[in-house]
Amino acid sequence: MEKNPKVLLMGEDIGRLGGVFRITDGLQKDFGEDRVIDSPLAESAIVGTAVGLAIRGYRAVCEIQFDGFVYPAFDQIVSQVAKLHKRSDGAYNMAMVIRIPFQGGIGAIEHHSESPEPYFAQTAGLRVISCSTPNDAYWMIQQSIEHDDPIIFCEPKSRYWEKGEVDLETPPSGLFDAVVRREGTDVTLIGYGASMKTALRAAETAAVEGMSIEVIDARSIAPLDIEVMAKSLEKTGRVVVVQESPHTASVGSEIISELTQRCFYSLKAPGLRVSGYHVPYPPTRIEEDYRPTVDRILDAVDRVMGFES
Amino acid sequence: MIDEELVQLLTPEGERIENSEYESTLNGDEIFGFYRDMVIIRRLCNESTSLQRQGQLALWAPIQGQEAAQIGAGRALDPMDFTFPTYREHGIAWCRGVPPENMLRLFRAVSNGGWDPQKYRHSVPSVVLGTQTLHAVGYAMGIQRDGAEEAAMAFFGDGASSQGDVLEAFVWAASFNAPVVFFCQNNQWGISTPSTVQSKIPLYHRAHGFGFPGVRVDGNDVLAVYEVTKRALDSARVGGGPTLIEAYTYRIGAHTTSDDPTRYRIDAEVEVWKHRDPVERVKALLVHEYKVKNVDFDDVAAEADVMALKLREDVLAMSRPDPITMFDDAYASPHPLIEEGRREMIELGISGGEL
Repeated sequence: MEKNPKVLLMGEDIGRLGGVFRITDGLQKDFGEDRVIDSPLAESAIVGTAVGLAIRGYRAVCEIQFDGFVYPAFDQIVSQVAKLHKRSDGAYNMAMVIRIPFQGGIGAIEHHSESPEPYFAQTAGLRVISCSTPNDAYWMIQQSIEHDDPIIFCEPKSRYWEKGEVDLETPPSGLFDAVVRREGTDVTLIGYGASMKTALRAAETAAVEGMSIEVIDARSIAPLDIEVMAKSLEKTGRVVVVQESPHTASVGSEIISELTQRCFYSLKAPGLRVSGYHVPYPPTRIEEDYRPTVDRILDAVDRVMGFES
Repeated sequence: MIDEELVQLLTPEGERIENSEYESTLNGDEIFGFYRDMVIIRRLCNESTSLQRQGQLALWAPIQGQEAAQIGAGRALDPMDFTFPTYREHGIAWCRGVPPENMLRLFRAVSNGGWDPQKYRHSVPSVVLGTQTLHAVGYAMGIQRDGAEEAAMAFFGDGASSQGDVLEAFVWAASFNAPVVFFCQNNQWGISTPSTVQSKIPLYHRAHGFGFPGVRVDGNDVLAVYEVTKRALDSARVGGGPTLIEAYTYRIGAHTTSDDPTRYRIDAEVEVWKHRDPVERVKALLVHEYKVKNVDFDDVAAEADVMALKLREDVLAMSRPDPITMFDDAYASPHPLIEEGRREMIELGISGGEL
């Protein structure tokens, strides 16, 4: 915001309150009410007016308060934000960031724990990313704001309280690059967002049992950095994807389909997905039996390790 | 048709009416110019309908009956204002300077837009109804932040007035006092749905509930539409906030060339509205008051015919785009799936493009 006066923030309760998760805390004080806009309570309008602002040359960073509240803005995102660059033959840049705190794990009531990213990953014209570490959160939001395509920025809300070092010296990874978080040789374990922490824990546990798991943070959900994943799979021959959304037509489905196509002869076992179940997000007293756990990931790892062709 | 609620400066017979709040500021040349605009746009519409019937357009959305609403509003705009249309705003596009052949690229199905919206300051058509009203409000918020004396204007119809986006746009425009004018052409029919189903009160009354002024103008009276729109735009540009204008008019033709209005409305109703024709009443005024001669009207008709002939030629010359152009401008920056698609299309020989 200091670098570019055209950057605006818009959303419900983001100004005076600093956002329900305090992500924008203090920004209205620093940048004023014209640049940190407390909006009326209407998600379609948050995104729809961001479109108009983009046409005028502004870059809006929209906050959707919770994942389950993004659907009122679905048409503006899918029919307008995603398509206006094309519809205008490139005259409009829909440069904007739509931040969505997503996934579960905070014991909230319904509509506050969902994984809507597959809907957007399927839509041409959008890019969908997710961070899993404080360092990525710091860099990726800035890279997203500078990017000329519209970006759906999925923030793993259960990790908002996570602490970690931000490396101000090393140049950050590319915004759409997957990153290997832990090297290994037996199984490639891929995830994004909040699932990364669970995946890394699973890898540690597996190491104790003598299995070497390579853990990849997809970071970019659309487009996928399939090269990094394929390179790992060429080495391990086994892949498991972890995600909180149901597995039908999911990001994991796409990853496994792409990898099967590229690495068919390297595969030692079919790729597996560890996902949420195909049910509406459950009451959160039982959400930990819905979200992928270390045990469920290890079960999948055992299955790919034990597969005999 | 003298209605207390309706701002009207000209009767259907072309006689001037006193209005306590508005008076016409236009001279004879300007009125003749509006007449010319309306004749040309009607001719454009008729030619396009013919082109569709001849299989040269996929679809056409006729404008007939709404020429005064659009030319009055379109001519009230300043060059620096920015307009956000639906797919029926051919008259507005004309006033913004969009070449007629560009208006038909969408209907020829060779483009999803058709013109450079930044160049003409006229956005590409919104087909999902009402979405553009939010774009106009956002654009207006940008104008505010730039400190510019400009306005945004959103066009929609009585059908779209039921869309949540339109009502959200009203809320936002009021909350931020945005320099935007909402121009609703109430043409009485949303395909087969009468406007009485969309609203139980006159549409312009809605504005009051949202906290800004609303006005109903005779949409077939180009003089009145011009004055009402100009005042609303002037107010918006200097911090007066939004206005809702309901241009009360009628869609003489079908919703689109795919529609059959005889299934849902009676001929008598159409006949009543044909007597309120927006072009004829201005012509009557020009004859009575400004002594415009037949030869001048004939010149306009001839000019419209020339435009139509060129339009036909231009449309017929619009050939099927190279399929590989579907990848152009899908994203603003390089994307692996775009490259993948492009490569496949070339490898399969679908396009003669180069790898």
